[in-house]
Amino acid sequence: MSGAVPWNEARAQEIIDAHLGLEGPALPILHAIQEEFGYVPEAVVPQMAQSLNISRAEMHGVVTFYHDFRHAPAGRHVLKLCRAESCQSMGSEKIAKDFLERIKLEWGGTANDGSLTVEAVYCLGLCAHSPGALYDGEPIGRVDAEILDELASEAQKS
Amino acid sequence: MTKVYVPRDMAALAVGAKRVLAAVEKEAAARGETIQIIRNGSRGLLWLEPLVEVETPEGRIGYGNVKPSDVPSLFDAGFLKGGAHPLSIGKVEEHPYWAKQTRVTFERVGIIDPVNLDDYVAHGGGQGLAKAFEIGPAKVIEEVTKSGLRGRGGAGFPAGIKWKTVADAPADRRYVVTNADEGDSGTFADRMVMEGDPFVLIEGMTICGYAIGASKGFIYLRAEYPQCAEVLTEALEAARKGGWLGPNVRGSGFAFDIELRIGAGAYVCGEETSLLESLEGHRGIVRAKPPLPAHVGFMGRPTVVNNVLTLATAPAILAKGGEYYASFGVGRSRGTMPLQIAGNVKFGGLYETPFGLTLGEIVNDIGGGTLTGRPVRAVQCGGPLGAYVPPSLFDTPFDYEAFQKHDSLIGHGGLVVFDDTVDMLQMARFGMEFCAIESCGKCTPCRIGSTRGVETIDKIVEGVDVEANIELLSDLCNTMKFGSLCALGGFAPYPVESALRHYPEDFRKATLPAAAE
Repeated sequence: MSGAVPWNEARAQEIIDAHLGLEGPALPILHAIQEEFGYVPEAVVPQMAQSLNISRAEMHGVVTFYHDFRHAPAGRHVLKLCRAESCQSMGSEKIAKDFLERIKLEWGGTANDGSLTVEAVYCLGLCAHSPGALYDGEPIGRVDAEILDELASEAQKS
Repeated sequence: MTKVYVPRDMAALAVGAKRVLAAVEKEAAARGETIQIIRNGSRGLLWLEPLVEVETPEGRIGYGNVKPSDVPSLFDAGFLKGGAHPLSIGKVEEHPYWAKQTRVTFERVGIIDPVNLDDYVAHGGGQGLAKAFEIGPAKVIEEVTKSGLRGRGGAGFPAGIKWKTVADAPADRRYVVTNADEGDSGTFADRMVMEGDPFVLIEGMTICGYAIGASKGFIYLRAEYPQCAEVLTEALEAARKGGWLGPNVRGSGFAFDIELRIGAGAYVCGEETSLLESLEGHRGIVRAKPPLPAHVGFMGRPTVVNNVLTLATAPAILAKGGEYYASFGVGRSRGTMPLQIAGNVKFGGLYETPFGLTLGEIVNDIGGGTLTGRPVRAVQCGGPLGAYVPPSLFDTPFDYEAFQKHDSLIGHGGLVVFDDTVDMLQMARFGMEFCAIESCGKCTPCRIGSTRGVETIDKIVEGVDVEANIELLSDLCNTMKFGSLCALGGFAPYPVESALRHYPEDFRKATLPAAAE
C-alpha cells in the first residue's frame, strides 16, 4: 500500500509545478503529495502557499479540513471500515468494536509493529453487501470477525 | 468465440469477482477453450454477485453467487453453452427482478462493456447527443424541461429550469459540474452508472455543456470510490481518443472536455456550494445562497451543478423525447427512479422503476424483507439525513410530494432496511454525531447544534430528565432545521425527529425499569 518515498522538497516542488496549470489545483496537488510520500508533510504547506500565492494559514486550513489527508504516515496496510447506517443495520458497530478490542487499537490508530491502520469511513457504496470495508483500496463486502482477523494477520506478514 | 461477462463493479469485486475471473481464465486455458471476457458493470441484482453471464444464441444466461471453487463444475456443466447448473438463474432478462424494471437511465448498465465506445454506440449510445446537435441548444433545454426531470441528488429541483438559468446568465465562460460525491448511506446508483456505463454520463455532460454554452466540465468524484475513478479515467481517455471529447466533438464544431477531480473524504462537499469551494481548492465550506451557482458558480462563472443520475438521464430524454420520459411517474414526480435497496434486506440491489410504487411494495415485495428474517422495524429513506419510516406508513407512494407529507425525503432514492433489533435512540444519536463530525462549521446551528444534540441524547440514554431533554432535543432540531445554511444541518433533524415521532418508546427505555419496580 504505502510504497511511499521519504520527504524530499525538490520532488514536492516538481509535483506542485506539474499541477499549476489546473483550475483550482490544491486538491489534486495534495492527493499527489500524499500518493508520493504517504502523507501530507507539514513542510509542504508553506511551499504550496508560495506556489499558489495564498497565505500559509489558508493552505493549512485546506489540508486540515479534509479527512483523507494524513498528517503522519499510515501503517503498511490501511483498513477502512464502514460505520454508516446501512452497515450498522447489519451489525457493523459491534463487529468493529470487538475487532478493535482484539487488536488493541482505537479508530484511526496504527498497530505498534506498523502493520495496520484502521480508519472509519462513512459509506463505500457497498450497502447491499453490508457491512463493507476497503483494505488497501480493495473492496470487501459482508465483513465479519473471521475476515477481519485474517486481514490483520495477513497485514502482519507483509 | 464465447463471450463471458464477469463484472468489475465495486460491489461484485467486494464479493470476489476478481478471484472468480482468475479462476475462469485458468480453467478455460486448461481446457483449451477460447473465450472473450468482458468486464461489465453490474446488473444490479446485487445479492447474486458475482453474477457471471455467458452469451448464447438464446440470450445471456446468468450464474449467480459464483465462487472460484465453483468454476470447474461450471465448465463441466457446459456453462459456455448455457448448460444447467445449480447456480444458473437462466436468462437474466427473464429474471423477475430484472423483467419488472423500467430501465431508462440504467438502460445499458451491466449489459455493455463500460469502456468500449463501439459497444456503447451499438446499444443506442450517442443518439441523444446527435439529436441535441440537430435541434440546437434552446430546443435541448425545452426537451429537458418537458421531460419533468428533477435533480436526482435529493432536492428535486427541475433540471430544465437550472440549465436555462445558466444558459441565460451573461458570462464569458460557463461550466458543467457533475456532483459525484454520493456520500449517503444506502446509495450506490451513481457509482453503478459510472462504473457500468460511464459514457452515458460523458454524453449527458456534453449535452448539458452544449445546451448552456460551456466548454468545460468537471466530475467531482468522492475518494471512497477508487474502482470508479479507474473506470472513469479509462472512459474519458477513450472518449477523447474517439473524438467524443475535445476541440470538435463528433465533428460538430462544438468544443468540450471533462476533467475528473477526486474529493478528500468530506461529506459536506456533496452540497453544491461546498463542492464548488472544494473544486476551487478551498476548504469545503458552504456559500450562502443567493447568489445561486447558476449565476455565480465555479470560479465565479454560471455553473450547472447536477447529480450523476440527472446528467446520465439527459441522453435518453434527448434520444426518446421529453414527452416519452414524462409519460412515466405520478403527480409532479416524472420519469423513473433508480431505487437502491440496501441494509438488512434479502434482495438488495438497484431497481429502476417509475415513481409511484408504495414503500411496502419496494421493501417487502422487491426487497424480500430482512436478510435476518426478522420483522422490518424501520426503513431509512434518503440517506443519513433522511427520515426513518415505520411499517405503518408502508402504503406511502414513492414520490417527492407524498414523502414530504410525512416529513420524510426521497433524497437520492436510497432505502436502508432495519430489523426489529435496531435501537432507534442510538440511530438518532448517530444522526447527530454524523452531522457533528461532518459539519463544515460555518453556521452555528449545524456546528454547535449537532454537538449539543449528541450531548442531549446521551442524557436521554442515561435517563437524566428524559422528558425535559426530549423537549430540548426537539427545540434544537427545530433551530437546526430552519437556521442552518445548507442541507447538512437543515436535514440532520430528519432522522432524529422521525425516530422521536415513530419510536417514542426507545427514548424512554432508561426510565422504564424504574417505573416497573
